[in-house]
Amino acid sequence: MPTHKRIDVSKVGDVTVVKFVDRKILDEAGIQELGAELFSLVEHDNRRSILVSFDNVDFLSSAALGKLITLDRKVKSVQGRLKMCNIRPEILEVFQITKLNKVFDIRGEEAEAISAF
Amino acid sequence: MSDQTSPGVWQLSIDLPSERGSNRQVTDELLTQLGAYGWPPADVFAVHLAVEEAIVNAIVHGNKLDVSKKVHVECEVSADRVRVAITDEGPGFDPASVPDCTADERLEAPSGRGVMLMRSFMTRIEYNAAGNAVVLEKVRGPAES
Repeated sequence: MPTHKRIDVSKVGDVTVVKFVDRKILDEAGIQELGAELFSLVEHDNRRSILVSFDNVDFLSSAALGKLITLDRKVKSVQGRLKMCNIRPEILEVFQITKLNKVFDIRGEEAEAISAF
Repeated sequence: MSDQTSPGVWQLSIDLPSERGSNRQVTDELLTQLGAYGWPPADVFAVHLAVEEAIVNAIVHGNKLDVSKKVHVECEVSADRVRVAITDEGPGFDPASVPDCTADERLEAPSGRGVMLMRSFMTRIEYNAAGNAVVLEKVRGPAES
């Protein structure tokens, strides 16, 4: 099991649940590390059902959105499934303004999201 | 950094080096002042996002991380209005030339959302003619019931 600095990874059944370590995702170096750790779940650990939970996250910048989009592409390219949950209203608004809510499979709470896999 | 408070208005003027993260202190201070003036958390989030995007754009795209160049930031916060002016030393850009990140063909592009988020979350944003200075303004809305 690789160690991660920016994410906590657990499993619920077949679903890999990812939580962010940082409450504010805005530091460029941190976002690069975050991206690498997220991508490695797909590319090295062969995770195919991934739930990204935002329950620790108060803020994220547009640079972080780019990593989530790339993660979504990587998961889809291996016929995997990516869902997101526990997103606070202000961050949900970011997804709505940028229409990323059409790209991402966004759910409410974690249990609901897991049952949707 | 100059930090002065006239009655009911907090003001700050600072030159930031063109290094990633150099805005952390001024952003934190701005957010603290918004809280002190009683701005609701959703508005604080909105201002945080817009200011973060604008300053990062100035440092990375405007000054291209050139440490000999500065980003000038002026903030004014009162109970009902926040204004942040950000000026870089780059050649500027045409904000109208930024493609619509919500167009179908751009929807999954990894970057290019900062200006749209600034416009959406602030009451007014205005670039100068050269495109190397932007003023962000938010007027506090009526309290939610």
